[in-house]
Amino acid sequence: MNSTWSRFNITSIVLGFAFLYLPIVLLIVFSFNESKLVTVWGGFSTKWYVSLFHNQGLMDATWVTARVGVISATVATVLGTLAALTLTRFTRFRGRVLFSGMVFAPLVMPEVITGLSLLLLFVAVGLDRGFLTVTLAHITLTMCFVAVVVQSRLVSFDRSLEEAAMDLGAPPVKTFFQITLPVILPAIISGWMLAFTLSLDDLVIASFTSGPGATTLPMKIYSQVRLGVTPEINAACTILIAVVAVGVIIASIANKRREIQRQLDEQAAQRG
Amino acid sequence: MKSLGSIRRDFAPWNDPNAKPYIQFDKVTKKFGDFTAVNNLSLTIFEREFFALLGASGCGKSTLLRMLAGFEEPSAGRILLDGQDLRGIPPYKRPVNMMFQSYALFPHMTVEKNIAFGLKQEGMPGADVEKRVAEMLKLVKLEQFAKRKPHQLSGGQRQRVALARSVAKRPKVLLLDEPLGALDKKLREETQFELMDLQQELGLTFVVVTHDQEEAMTMADRIAIMDKGEVMQVATPAEIYEAPASRFVAHFVGNVNMFEGKVAEHTTSTTRITGATGAQIVVDNGSNAAAGSDIVFAIRPEKIRVSSKKPADAVNALEGEIYDVAYLGDMTVYHIKLDDGQIVRASALNASRVTEDPLTWNDRAWVSFRPDAGVVLAR
Amino acid sequence: MTDIAATAAPSTETATLPAKLATGFVNRLVIIVPYLWLLFFFLVPFIIVFKISLSQTAISMPPYTPVIGFKDGVSGFFAGVRELNFDNYTWLTQDALYFNAYVTSLVIAGISTILTLIVGYPIAYGMARAPATIRPTLLMLVILPFWTSFLIRVYAWIGILKPEGLLNQVLLATGLISQPLVILNTYTAIFIGIVYSYLPFMVLPLYSSLEKMDYSLIEAAQDLGCPPAGAFWKITFPLSLPGVVAGCLLVFIPAVGEFVIPDLLGGSQTLMIGKTLWNEFFSNRDWPVSSAVAVILLLVLTIPIMFFQQAQAKAQEQSK
Repeated sequence: MNSTWSRFNITSIVLGFAFLYLPIVLLIVFSFNESKLVTVWGGFSTKWYVSLFHNQGLMDATWVTARVGVISATVATVLGTLAALTLTRFTRFRGRVLFSGMVFAPLVMPEVITGLSLLLLFVAVGLDRGFLTVTLAHITLTMCFVAVVVQSRLVSFDRSLEEAAMDLGAPPVKTFFQITLPVILPAIISGWMLAFTLSLDDLVIASFTSGPGATTLPMKIYSQVRLGVTPEINAACTILIAVVAVGVIIASIANKRREIQRQLDEQAAQRG
Repeated sequence: MKSLGSIRRDFAPWNDPNAKPYIQFDKVTKKFGDFTAVNNLSLTIFEREFFALLGASGCGKSTLLRMLAGFEEPSAGRILLDGQDLRGIPPYKRPVNMMFQSYALFPHMTVEKNIAFGLKQEGMPGADVEKRVAEMLKLVKLEQFAKRKPHQLSGGQRQRVALARSVAKRPKVLLLDEPLGALDKKLREETQFELMDLQQELGLTFVVVTHDQEEAMTMADRIAIMDKGEVMQVATPAEIYEAPASRFVAHFVGNVNMFEGKVAEHTTSTTRITGATGAQIVVDNGSNAAAGSDIVFAIRPEKIRVSSKKPADAVNALEGEIYDVAYLGDMTVYHIKLDDGQIVRASALNASRVTEDPLTWNDRAWVSFRPDAGVVLAR
Repeated sequence: MTDIAATAAPSTETATLPAKLATGFVNRLVIIVPYLWLLFFFLVPFIIVFKISLSQTAISMPPYTPVIGFKDGVSGFFAGVRELNFDNYTWLTQDALYFNAYVTSLVIAGISTILTLIVGYPIAYGMARAPATIRPTLLMLVILPFWTSFLIRVYAWIGILKPEGLLNQVLLATGLISQPLVILNTYTAIFIGIVYSYLPFMVLPLYSSLEKMDYSLIEAAQDLGCPPAGAFWKITFPLSLPGVVAGCLLVFIPAVGEFVIPDLLGGSQTLMIGKTLWNEFFSNRDWPVSSAVAVILLLVLTIPIMFFQQAQAKAQEQSK
């Protein structure tokens, strides 16, 4: 590989990452701005964080969002894992095409359509809009993402592990719980995290399906953003970013540690 | 007493008409859609036998093994184990265990737990499980690795854990799917002998699937050569090599020279063959092909002698020119182009360090062989 | 859609036996539970959308008069069918606003997709050629923004793009411009927003197809006398096409119906169908018309979505 190419590579990566991260960095920086004008630096201050915690509406929304996130992610993980199993293990059953279509379509379906259609369903069956409806909507959306994550793990799953377990006398259901589930657990966990984050993040579907008393954080932020950019929103966003970033970083460091340990083990094993 | 090959086999229930078959494939067919993996195959395996299924990939040998384990059901025919029809019995209720090609060690369990898995499934009391696991670990010499996880083991160690796990339940039959395929050459050779010793020690029936003829020849009591879902020949390694039943088998195992020709005449003890280009070959009378019929004479390279002059006592001697020579250390391989154009491969064991009759490229040379050195096959 | 089943189904006979052995309650449950859930919460809602798009607008709650119902039995159902009205669809064709919104959305999504590809390809390529040790870190850095709120990331651009925003401050300070550029509330802002928000969706599939590629192919091409640029267009790019297709579809389809970006960055002047639907629903409270808008949008997106599904099924087959 010659040096101009690799210089080009480095430049494109640096510029690309600058583009991805600069807006977020600026947002975080200006959340510590003394001035009320978001774009003019008026000195360092944490006052917006203080006022944030006194904003009851925002705090309520955070609590709603957290509960919706945990419940919907958990249910979605169960349903999504079942869907992934269906997709990888049952290759011939009536309606398989429809099923895989229903799993993959929500991944790219414009949110306005999903949101509107779910709302109309809830109205049609006479379900009052609120906490329950947002949660149901989020389960439907995020289970498809979980299904894709778990499915990609199941595809590379060595089926001979299951055959070995059955060969040694474990019936199918027992084999699933003792062998399959523990082996694909990391994928299920990352599916849960993805589902939780998507739920935390969603504005459009929540706006359609939520009702009074179940305002989620993105809805709250959106309604304030429409009124103008304020350092307080910057502060709220910074906290959200921090929470997610810390979670992701811890997860990936733990993952990396395990990976390194594993490599060391493997090297040790090769030496005898 | 004369015998094929250099080993005398005392264990030979297949020659005993009263021996009870242990595993019986009875006209078994297995189809996957339009593809026939196993075609109307019948095969008998005896108790305590080390049996090898040898064939190229896709010949149906693995399907046969998986049907015995219960992962596939035959499309037609029966499989009997110790007199019991296995149809409909799921894998987790069959008294056979399998060692998988990928080993299929459970990655989230320690070596100990892996070995104990099958024992726990049958509800063996904890203390007995522990005892059996310890016994197994000792058997495969992995006592100090009991608490390790599979990824902390080398390839050879993993192979031994897989083996220990599959024999822990004392199955009636142990099935081994390419058991040594993932090991490097040196380790493979060592392990071949370990497997044979283990089989002797445990007194189990082993059915091994392999594509490696050396592996099959080394370990097995009998070998079934398979092709396109059918058995081409079932015999001891020596019979397979020295008395192949068909051109396919002769080609499949080892190197072979083939002379096409016709049976010219039978005498009381010999058959004379006229080669396609006129060469005359005399062989011991082993063929009952009628005079005038088309046959093939097959002879292994090491049974052909190469010399610069025609040996005085030779019954069969053909003249040609050295076309290629390769010195391999333990032996030398010659390719000789006979005057009729056919190329013959001959190999000579380098039994001494110096050779009195050295040959090189383009030398005139004679190839000669005894009347009992080859076999006559139908064309 | 039938082809998907055909490509997904074969060569699986060996895998089905354990499944067959355990046929019965548990297996049925595995299929039925997610199946019913998706039927009820994904498919049935679309049918309702379709149904409501054929209803009359009414000032009530819910603000429409249902036409087809089973309350009056089968005869009622057929009476309803006779009363079906396509007024909402006629309305959509009469008002040029909707047609323009659809066309504008498709054009904006198309241009943005190409821009995202142009921006994303060098990044993915650079990542795939980076030393193997830092690749996982780079990968994580691409994924990380995806984990942070979409809304927040779009919001962050307001502060940068507005007339007194950071971009203009920097440009004015460096003397590159004398007048502040008007970017916010224009289509340019929407392009920036879409490229920025959807970049990871483009980079990830590109990266995974580029990373799989054997670099010795390029060396072989160069060895055979092909200059680097030629080798890129003749070897690298064609081999990365599956990634290009996947990435483009992952950007294009959601971008067509995008709401947040045109709403926050595009201002009131820009016209995109997602925003039109939202306004029709929340501001005008015209549920039948917004349902009709959704039905048409879905029809427009059917073809790209089917492409996407096919690509998914193919990728799934290959990874087996």
